[in-house]
Amino acid sequence: MVANRERIFLMAATIGLFVTFELSNSIFCNTLTARKMLFMNETLARPAPEVRSAPTARPLTGNEAIARGVWEAGTKVAAAYPGTPSTEIMENLGTYPSEDMHAQWSTNEKTSLDVAIGASFAGVRAFSSMKHVGLNVAADALMSFSYIGVNGGLVIAVCDDPGIHSSQNEQDTRMFARFAQVPILEPSDGQEALEYTRQAFDLSEEFDTPVVVRATTRLSHTRSAVNVGERQVVEPRGFIEQPSKNVMIPAHARMQHPKVLDRERKLIEAMNTSPLNRIDPGDRSVGIITSGITYTYVKECLPNATVLKLGVSYPLPETLIRDFCASVGRVIVVEELEPFIEEALLVMGLEVEGKAFFPRLGEFSPEVLREGFAKAGLMDAPKKTEGFDFAPMIRPPVLCSGCPHTSCFMALRALDMRVAGDIGCYTLAVVEPLKSMDTCVSMGSSIANAVGMAKAGTETKPIVATIGDSTFLHSGIPPLIDAVYNQANITVFLLDNHITAMTGGQDHPGTGKTLRGDETARVDYVELVKALGVEFVSVVDSYDMAALQHQLREAMEFKGVSVVISNRPCVLDPVKIKGPTFVVDQDNCTACQSCMNLGCPALTWSDNWFEGRHKVAIDPNACIGCSLCAQLCTSDSIRPLDLQEAANV
Amino acid sequence: MSEVATPKNVLIVGVGGQGVIMVSKVLAQLCQNNGYEVKQSEVHGMAKRGGGVFSHVRFGPKVWSPTIPEGEADVLVALEWAEGLRWINYLKPGSGTFIADCQRIVPPFACRNRGRGAEATYAPQTPEEIIEQVHAGFAIDATTMATNLGNLRAANTVLLGALSTALDFPEEDWLESISMFVPPASIEINREAFFEGRAWAMESDKRVDETAAGLHKAHTDIHNVDIDTVVEITEEWCKGCDICVKMCPERCLRMNDQLIAELALPDLCTGCRMCEWLCPDFAIKITNTPVTPPALEPAE
Ligand SMILES: Cc1ncc(C[n+]2csc(CCOP(=O)(O)OP(=O)(O)O)c2C)c(N)n1
Ligand code: SF4
Ligand code: SF4
Ligand code: SF4
Ligand code: SF4
Repeated sequence: MVANRERIFLMAATIGLFVTFELSNSIFCNTLTARKMLFMNETLARPAPEVRSAPTARPLTGNEAIARGVWEAGTKVAAAYPGTPSTEIMENLGTYPSEDMHAQWSTNEKTSLDVAIGASFAGVRAFSSMKHVGLNVAADALMSFSYIGVNGGLVIAVCDDPGIHSSQNEQDTRMFARFAQVPILEPSDGQEALEYTRQAFDLSEEFDTPVVVRATTRLSHTRSAVNVGERQVVEPRGFIEQPSKNVMIPAHARMQHPKVLDRERKLIEAMNTSPLNRIDPGDRSVGIITSGITYTYVKECLPNATVLKLGVSYPLPETLIRDFCASVGRVIVVEELEPFIEEALLVMGLEVEGKAFFPRLGEFSPEVLREGFAKAGLMDAPKKTEGFDFAPMIRPPVLCSGCPHTSCFMALRALDMRVAGDIGCYTLAVVEPLKSMDTCVSMGSSIANAVGMAKAGTETKPIVATIGDSTFLHSGIPPLIDAVYNQANITVFLLDNHITAMTGGQDHPGTGKTLRGDETARVDYVELVKALGVEFVSVVDSYDMAALQHQLREAMEFKGVSVVISNRPCVLDPVKIKGPTFVVDQDNCTACQSCMNLGCPALTWSDNWFEGRHKVAIDPNACIGCSLCAQLCTSDSIRPLDLQEAANV
Repeated sequence: MSEVATPKNVLIVGVGGQGVIMVSKVLAQLCQNNGYEVKQSEVHGMAKRGGGVFSHVRFGPKVWSPTIPEGEADVLVALEWAEGLRWINYLKPGSGTFIADCQRIVPPFACRNRGRGAEATYAPQTPEEIIEQVHAGFAIDATTMATNLGNLRAANTVLLGALSTALDFPEEDWLESISMFVPPASIEINREAFFEGRAWAMESDKRVDETAAGLHKAHTDIHNVDIDTVVEITEEWCKGCDICVKMCPERCLRMNDQLIAELALPDLCTGCRMCEWLCPDFAIKITNTPVTPPALEPAE
């Protein structure tokens, strides 16, 4: 039995070598031959389609269109930290020629904005992208830079996530734009995503302000045909020595603040006549005011309504809005999330309605709008059709088969620790069967949360903070210094899977590769952590259950800050790992369900039973051969396929 | 207000990693090549981690909203059976076509019940039941068809073949579009897969693969067995090695202050006997007494 276990472990140790590259995700091809229309069926035999697919039209997602706009605007420097749904913008920028533009992953959003700000100071067009919560991290830089204004145009793309598809909240970035007093543009489809992004750079330079382009998950991830253009040639302006503008000491800031207010006045004036805000004429009894992707839902539901489509939702074009309201009967504002436009119009003293009919949370859709319009008396209530009446099966996202985070949380659960969690794939360990994470606030919160818990003195369980490698580099280092400095008795479990996995596998300073895949310096966590003053550091293989438990127990007993680093690559990125499959000996398995506590998706119930419970089987296509289940099996029934075959002979 | 323009709506659903996005890209490309405006919308992020994935494809002379409202899908293509059921009410009642691979991907979550006789909590609806009730529908074993052709990954192309019978585009356009999204080496096999799926679905408006019944058979012969479990721990014999605590699958044991094992969460104990077998000092004894007449091993 011992020999078998050793063998199993050896197999596991070598599986990193059996890698197969994931089929490269083919992108839409560029040879688009607009075809004669063949074989139209009745529903489609309508007027000839609007020709949008000119030779330059490409199927682009909203994110790809934004990237294209950035490139076409002649941008020289672009930086971002990944975050759904914004990630693909920078991934895509990384595919444009490096001679045209420097594009990079930054350690976090603030850093990325600061890099862009530096490039703007240096007189070139600069860009940064992030998800909505990323702007919280970058906010400090944005608030001051708003006073400073730009040299080279600076645009920030921020992607909101109404409906919280994969985020920790659904904050509305328009509030931030007003807070920072910078204009915010809201494209409604791929074409506008490209054009608005381009124009945002012009606005930025014309009005001496950073400009935000806001997308939402739906726009970012919708693909449609987009007409593309050429890259603009922009002459670099060079650095302009102007301390009163560029150095924000109180005396200078006091001089800049009135300029910000003045800029706002000028912007309002300009936006009254800007083509970014436009009116679709129609039935005058009701006027709809809307922006962003919601505009498409409005058109879907009320194709004949008079619509004021605001391309810029801050600052609002006051005269245009007043004229519009005067020209229609009743005014209804349709906006996702916060009543941002509605409240501004109420302050202007206009009689408008909005959130009385539409929800203030969640993602909009034509259904949501129809319900709202019905409440407003503009259409009949949608008929609920009789459909199938059964509750769908629950299928929550799970850690991948063989995910190296699995064993880490298995061990934490067994050791019964108080776990301050963080954000990443590993947050999935919050539910059964791993169920071993007690808190999760925002990126990088875990370590300082653990310090606070320890200092509160109420906790009887040992306290551990779990943090992914990318999250650690994003915002985990200052709190670790804090922990050491304040002599907190905690364990920091650094889950190093060598990638930013949650967002689809981006490189970071710990991978030794840049956005464009070039080799670069690689952070050495052990040296780093030691340099911060941590006295207990150990690195452990995530595929060794026993060693993990052993190391964690030692770390837990250590007085002061201890750091345990788990070390195995993510099985999906950058390469898809597939080792030889393991199999369950059906005669031997006692259906104890011990292995099922891993929650590995390759493990499932077989058709065999023991004492009234299903025995377990392994799906050979899904199993990557990590060996964790074999290490947990109480009856030694799980073996690599070749050992099992040998046993069967 | 006048009639709302109605483009064609195709909803493609499945489980993360199955290729929902590839299928929708093929369709979107095909529609665009045929001169339509197309919007293809997906939400990913968590999807990759084995959760449900869906993609909306809308095409027509003019498309506004990228999403398909409930009850308005002309075709629903499901790469996995239970995912198809999740979205089935998105089909247009009375005219929608349901196309689903009858293969099941049972999530770990479905195998959590520790009760004796418990089945996986997978969608209980069988292909026959569902196909009977939809306007037009196919429960096709695309996975097996593709495996027999020699490439499991071509299952999606089999489904595209079935889909091709519900939308009017010429065969060669489908093939051209498919070949843009599969590796060059597998174009031929995908071509065969396409024709196989197309021919299979051509036969009638409703069809259920014979293998579907086997895949969805219910273990009606297993009863819930009520058993009383008693865990006895002889404290004097326990030396505190904590093997039982670590190995108990239900994590219901713990070490007490004296470092002696105790049953902390008796409700969770399944009576699996693991602790009894593993204790090196024979300190644990499990007694399982049936309350009702047992029917432990299922009859075949
Ligand atoms: C401020 C902020 N920026 C970005 C994100 C998006 N995000 C969530 S998890 C994550 C990365 C996690 O990577 P890592 O810590 O390495 O864990 P892994 O997913 O690899 O397990 C990112 C970028 C976020 N939620 N908040
Ligand atoms: S993507 Fe990588 S880190 Fe995330 S669950 Fe899968 S294996 Fe684990
Ligand atoms: S089945 Fe076992 S060996 Fe295979 S991936 Fe899952 S835990 Fe690892
Ligand atoms: S741990 Fe081993 S004995 Fe228990 S269910 Fe899994 S395979 Fe069977
Ligand atoms: S019998 Fe023992 S090992 Fe099994 S669940 Fe009960 S306490 Fe745990």
